[in-house]
Amino acid sequence: MDSALGLRGKDFVLLATDGHAEFSVLRLKDDEDKIITIDKNKLMAAGGPSADRTMFCEYIQKNIHLYRLRNGVTLSVRAAANFTRGELAYYLRRNPYQVNVLLAGHDEEGPSLYWMDYIASMAKVSRGAHGYAAYFVMSILDRHWKPDMTEEEAIEVAKLCFDELKRRFLISQSSFVVKIVDKDGVRTLPRFAI
Amino acid sequence: MARRYDQRTTTFSPEGRLHQVEYAIEAISHAGSVIGIQAKDGVVLAGEKKETTKLVDPGKRGEKVYKIDDHVIVAVAGLTSDANALVNRARINAQHYFSRYGENEPVEQLVVSLCDYKQQYTQFGGLRPFGVSFMFAGWDRHFGFQLYQSDPAGNYTGWKATAIGNNYSSAVPMLKQDWKEDMALDEAVHLAAKVLLKTTESSSLTSDKCEFAVLTVKDGKVSHRMLTNDEILAESKKLEQEQQQTTTTTTTS
Repeated sequence: MDSALGLRGKDFVLLATDGHAEFSVLRLKDDEDKIITIDKNKLMAAGGPSADRTMFCEYIQKNIHLYRLRNGVTLSVRAAANFTRGELAYYLRRNPYQVNVLLAGHDEEGPSLYWMDYIASMAKVSRGAHGYAAYFVMSILDRHWKPDMTEEEAIEVAKLCFDELKRRFLISQSSFVVKIVDKDGVRTLPRFAI
Repeated sequence: MARRYDQRTTTFSPEGRLHQVEYAIEAISHAGSVIGIQAKDGVVLAGEKKETTKLVDPGKRGEKVYKIDDHVIVAVAGLTSDANALVNRARINAQHYFSRYGENEPVEQLVVSLCDYKQQYTQFGGLRPFGVSFMFAGWDRHFGFQLYQSDPAGNYTGWKATAIGNNYSSAVPMLKQDWKEDMALDEAVHLAAKVLLKTTESSSLTSDKCEFAVLTVKDGKVSHRMLTNDEILAESKKLEQEQQQTTTTTTTS
């Protein structure tokens, strides 16, 4: 049921996920953070069973940190995305992690956003979404996304998506976590509760 | 007495030395010399091919400089057969990195991986160490142009300019004297030719006596190539002229 969306702006990437933790048909909480900070210029939003999600996110985060310790240099966003996809593909034929990922970051190449699903498909995109939310918000992102969006414009578009999810999605979601990554690092916006 | 500590590669002598490893390093200083020089817009590797009979058909492949990947080349000094095995390993390592991360392996990581492998043979018994020193030239987005040298023990160091193999101890002071911080690549090639000519104590340079490779970046893409015989001959001629000029000035003064 997890919803995740991301859009790339002029010099930043915005990621948003719903803030709900679930158990069976219950909603456990509404301030769950599903966007992990991989390092100072990379974010990863993930959806899927919460055990797989936490395990996989930490596995990637820790391995990228290990790479930095071993080699004294930081992975580019592209390299991190390729690595993450590789790990998904590796475990796919063993004991798969059921996670869908949006990986965002900012480096010498500028802002970039990668979309990956649990069967290890990957695409570099300008905007994307995962989960049931994708059915509702992709058209909104297509309609309102512009190549050189400012942060304010991107937040407005994200709000349109949240409204739509509240209005039309049967399993209505009303709390969202939004993070932004740009050249200065990562930031968490105040929680969106609608 | 000394023999007791010579036989096994991984046994320390009472003086705390590993003789086999030292012999391996010593063997390199008789191998065809290699000179590497970093310039502001590229790196040059120059290697001396040891004289063999002219009956040998060299084929198309060179024997001193190998391509590891688009962004790294290496010149070898030592046992060619050992070098082949290590070059093969380095190539696999570079491609493995590319398949994992979708971009070129940083040069130092490639050097480290190969040196880790070489180091194993100085520690685990029964096998001899690799009798090869390498001179790596490469470019990556982290540190730009780079030049590294490695020895059979698995040590490696980064350099602006250095030499390995035959007569390296006389080549290094020459490089020290003539290397400049903002050298252009053609100046570096010229310096490499000059040093190689002096260390090999030959009268001229030709493509059957030496190999030259240059690595540059053009429009954000790394490229490298071997110098042609004509280019090597041109360098050789330029050196001869310079030599004549210095001799005439010394005789007139």
